[in-house]
Amino acid sequence: MSDSVVSLRGVRAELGSRPVLRGMDLSVRRGEVVALLGANGSGKSTAVRSVIGQVAVSAGEIEIFGVPRRRFRDWHRVGYVPQRTTAAGGVPATVTEIVASGRLSRARFGILRKADHAAVRRALELVGMADRAKDSVNALSGGQHQRVLIARALASEPELLIMDEPMAGVDLASQEVLAATLRDQVAQGTSVLLVLHELGPLEPLIDRAVVLRDGCVLHDGPPPRAVGQHALPGHDHVHPHAAHDAEPLRTGLLS
Amino acid sequence: MDILDYAFMQRALLAAVLVGVIAPSVGIYLVQRRQALMGDGIGHVAMTGVGLGFLLSTSPVWMATAVSVLGAVLMELIRWYGKTRGDIALAMLFYGGMAGGVMFINLAPGGSNANLTSYLFGSLSTVSESDVTAICLLAAFVVLVTLGLRRQLFAVSQDEEFARVTGLPVRALNLLTAVTAAVTVTVAMRVVGLLLVSALMVVPVAAAQQLTRSFAATFAVAVAIGVSVTIGGTVTSFYQDVPPGSTIVLLTIGAFVALTALASPLARRRARAVAAAGAAGDPAECAIPAARGPESTVGV
Repeated sequence: MSDSVVSLRGVRAELGSRPVLRGMDLSVRRGEVVALLGANGSGKSTAVRSVIGQVAVSAGEIEIFGVPRRRFRDWHRVGYVPQRTTAAGGVPATVTEIVASGRLSRARFGILRKADHAAVRRALELVGMADRAKDSVNALSGGQHQRVLIARALASEPELLIMDEPMAGVDLASQEVLAATLRDQVAQGTSVLLVLHELGPLEPLIDRAVVLRDGCVLHDGPPPRAVGQHALPGHDHVHPHAAHDAEPLRTGLLS
Repeated sequence: MDILDYAFMQRALLAAVLVGVIAPSVGIYLVQRRQALMGDGIGHVAMTGVGLGFLLSTSPVWMATAVSVLGAVLMELIRWYGKTRGDIALAMLFYGGMAGGVMFINLAPGGSNANLTSYLFGSLSTVSESDVTAICLLAAFVVLVTLGLRRQLFAVSQDEEFARVTGLPVRALNLLTAVTAAVTVTVAMRVVGLLLVSALMVVPVAAAQQLTRSFAATFAVAVAIGVSVTIGGTVTSFYQDVPPGSTIVLLTIGAFVALTALASPLARRRARAVAAAGAAGDPAECAIPAARGPESTVGV
């Protein structure tokens, strides 16, 4: 599994006493773009948050770049975009200040050098926010907030991007910018694991879709290309899967 | 300046300036993580330390430092492991600390609530040589942490979840913030008193925010406000015979009101400047295309 950048095997997790992940398997290979789909409460956010160590796992194994998560230290190889509607905190901060904090994983003792500042500028250019660098994040629209959060994740020049609903609350113009940014990253060999509520403008980029229901994998294969009702995550997939894929995991949850 | 002829006023001014620097330096991170009242909570807990100091006949200042550091760490632990609601647990800690202080000081031989007053509301003119040494050392620690680790503390206070994924030692940094806040509270205890400490941590930051757009500028302006009001309050109290602690806090709130009044014309001017700069590209005013069907898209 040397080319696996993320791998979950039999992962279980509870929030309070409610099981959210019930023996989930998932793997993202190098250069792959994997979308986690599913209805609200299906466990998709919990799955990515278990990868980054934000949610405690009660059973199963998680590896990042082939290293068990507990021993994983190369966090600069991972860029994370949390599920947020705002990048703002309780004190004003500029776009550059927020994005620079994404570079800390590469900076020794928190000291940013010339190369680090250049990387921050590049990340801002990637999301088309370079002209807003000195503006307060409080003055941005929802879509621009999301672009800032993605620039923050890109500032460490990661090999793996983990994004939790990057398109939530984002206007169409920003969605297109984000899709283009992601396309460039993927073209450079970045692997992506992202939680999505719907495929939207990212659809052409996605190599594989993993659909969750009640903490179990329902579908693991090419993204459902259907349109309208058929594209909805709750849709019962009956179309044939690509031949090279193993038989997708069946959970027996389908009636 | 006859005010500087008195040794006790020299010490008082030095202590006041140091508090003016460190209180907003720590406070800015508390405000950023939306825990503006944490300083107030630590102040309540420190009262148990003052009471214990009297009861055990040790220095109330060092006892207060020890107890408030413990209290701050406990608050942080409650935040991590809290199964009960965090704010309820914190409330119990606050009032437990307050009640403990009153209890211990009354148990102390010859102690009464009168002894508490100088700690509750400050006692700047009784700052001794050894107090000054302690305040200088503790202030140096606070400046070292809040400036030296500003990028790390900024990241953790801005977005804890993200900070964890950058590999920062989030828990250690949170504990360090709590300890630094506790140290600041006990240093400021002599200047403004435990009940008013939090004002000097929070209000200068809130006032600075009215004018600033960046974290760095907010930090600098908040410290400038902190130093101005502590010097102003101390000097005023010398000439007018008013309590320094409350003078300082009232001046801080005055600064907040003044800057807020100043901020709205400034914001309007900024908005106009932005509109003027963007005039080449986008229209400054709303312009709806004349012919627009109901299904017309945003157009990308």
